[in-house]
Amino acid sequence: MKATRIFSAFFTVIMLLTLLTAAPPVFALESGWEIDYSDYDWTRLAGDNVTLNVYNWGEYMSLDGGDGEFDVNGEFEKLTGIKVNYTNFASNEELYAKLHSGGSTYDILIPSDYMIGRLIDEGLLEKLDFDNIPNFGNVFDIYKSPEYDPANEYSVPYLSGIIGIVYNTTLVDKDDDVETWDILWDEKYANNILMFSNSRDAFMISCFRLGYSPNTTDENELRAAAEELKKQKLLVQAYVMDEIYDKMGGGEAALAPYYNGDAAAMIADNPDLAFAIPREGTNHFVDAFCIPKGSKNKEAAEIYINFLCETLVALKNSQFVGYMTPVKTAYEALTPEQQANTMVYPSDEILKNTVTYTTLSPAAKNLIDSLWTEILSEVGASPWMTPVVLIAAVGISLWINIRRYVKKKTATN
Amino acid sequence: MNTSGTRFSPLRRLYLVAIFAFLYIPILVLIVNSFNASKSRTVWTGFTLDWYRRLFSNETIITSLINTLAVALIASVVATILGTMAAIGLHNMKRITRSLVINLTYMPILNPEIITGVSLMLLFVSLNISFGYLTLILSHISFCVPYVILNVLPKLRQTDRSLYEAALDLGCTPMKAFTKVIIPEIMPGILTGFLMSFTYSIDDFVISYFTYGPTSQTLSITIFSMTRRKVSPEVNALSAIIFLVVLSVLLIMNLREINAEKKTRMAVSAAIRNESKSHKHEHAADSNGGGE
Repeated sequence: MKATRIFSAFFTVIMLLTLLTAAPPVFALESGWEIDYSDYDWTRLAGDNVTLNVYNWGEYMSLDGGDGEFDVNGEFEKLTGIKVNYTNFASNEELYAKLHSGGSTYDILIPSDYMIGRLIDEGLLEKLDFDNIPNFGNVFDIYKSPEYDPANEYSVPYLSGIIGIVYNTTLVDKDDDVETWDILWDEKYANNILMFSNSRDAFMISCFRLGYSPNTTDENELRAAAEELKKQKLLVQAYVMDEIYDKMGGGEAALAPYYNGDAAAMIADNPDLAFAIPREGTNHFVDAFCIPKGSKNKEAAEIYINFLCETLVALKNSQFVGYMTPVKTAYEALTPEQQANTMVYPSDEILKNTVTYTTLSPAAKNLIDSLWTEILSEVGASPWMTPVVLIAAVGISLWINIRRYVKKKTATN
Repeated sequence: MNTSGTRFSPLRRLYLVAIFAFLYIPILVLIVNSFNASKSRTVWTGFTLDWYRRLFSNETIITSLINTLAVALIASVVATILGTMAAIGLHNMKRITRSLVINLTYMPILNPEIITGVSLMLLFVSLNISFGYLTLILSHISFCVPYVILNVLPKLRQTDRSLYEAALDLGCTPMKAFTKVIIPEIMPGILTGFLMSFTYSIDDFVISYFTYGPTSQTLSITIFSMTRRKVSPEVNALSAIIFLVVLSVLLIMNLREINAEKKTRMAVSAAIRNESKSHKHEHAADSNGGGE
């Protein structure tokens, strides 16, 4: 009797186990997608009332925009029970200032390569526990142990891209060679060239053109690069960042260096545009997840990083932003046409010919900043403009006053 | 010569049109673009209401809009109370201390915003207050208070002190005299101060930039953070809505003012008519009485 009872108990346990394994635990997301969570405990912090403070670039994640887009933070909250506070920054330097001044309680940051190096050097980042981020295994090998984080202890890559030249095929001669930075110095396109308004990218272009490394800290090389940028200034229509979208979209300029993912979006809007990657080499940038020192929710932050490296989530983010995903399984989930789009996913040969920014020494950084200010403030094509306008203004006001005075006199007489 | 001031000569009309064009064409372009099917601000590809639809499901923008409004409301209410109390205190000070304190309170207005922002940031860091709603509201209050003082003080100067004293003579407690006499007298100043604080608070970017935290991002910061990639067209739609709301509030206020003016004018003229009528009656009565 006893034996049969034990047997039946044993049997039910076996039954339950087989049932559990037969139907792998799957979390159905709001959008109808499913995430398999049999091998990872997503809900371990569900009851702890945790709130994560995420600090990301603006417009840099797929959030619900009303077109049934994948809402990354919403799905994460539903899956894990962890609340997300999402705020944005506009530049690495802004993020650095916020972090450096203290008083901020961020749990997730997404800075770019050279800024990660700087934050590591200054001891502002927390080492990650990769046991909580098994999805790091999905990342392409070339993104592991990058120059800015050689032991790969502090960062997990999010999205990446390269810089090339966007050009308008109706304004640029067919015979001209666009696969070189030299075209941005071609006098034929005077006043039709746009240029980066941030110093790092502008100096990168000038350095590659002169055959230097974009990470050079040599004073002579930097000064030579600045000289070239001064020469280029006479041809440049404007120094811009996101205004490139409108200027190139509206055909106001012929050539502009910009990021490949954004170039693809511009071309979708204006089919006259095309993209070229200069053969001298270019910058390959990576934005990666980090956890700042002092984060009170480190484990929750690691769960968040793991979630963003899920194949589906990485895929959705890369499709929304238009940048390359470093997650291999997400790349494999792209349609063949998307994979074949060499603008967004350049060939390995091109990627080999790229350089990632490293953290510059403070001296080199200051030199670049002062040279850049010098370049931008130097009066360009029309040094006569200011005095002429000034004299005209003085003259007009004099004339008006004299006329009024004369009128008054005649009126009283 | 004299009549030309009242009639618009063609040149003057042109000047007026030019000024309004200068002021309103940028807003018009923005509104037109909020209906543009393409994301571009330069190419028109067709009419759409998509951006308006998407705006209301864009959590980032809506959250920061709510933040902006909440911070502006709380900060301007607190600043109005503080500023009104400060103005009343200042009004009753001795001349020298008053001018000294007034000049000190104007410092935040005269100071470049970036200095106010950085110093507030340093203050909060040294006090170990972590950035968030609290720091944002405190800093907004600090730059709004001077605007309230600036608006309430002149009103206080205009009020007749003897009115307050008369109220006391007639048996009011000081508190009652204050709420029944002083407050209604300076109400227009308090209201303008409140509205100015509210608009400046919504407008502010620089000071918020230094004092916002992970939980409290305002609209101006959200829009600024989009500039690396591209400011999304939902922002055009939002700006168009804000512009229309402000415009309609202004129009309604103006219409009500005109109506009220009309009413008082009618009431006054009616009163004058009645007055003159009753005068006549009195006259008649007087003359009759005299006759008897």
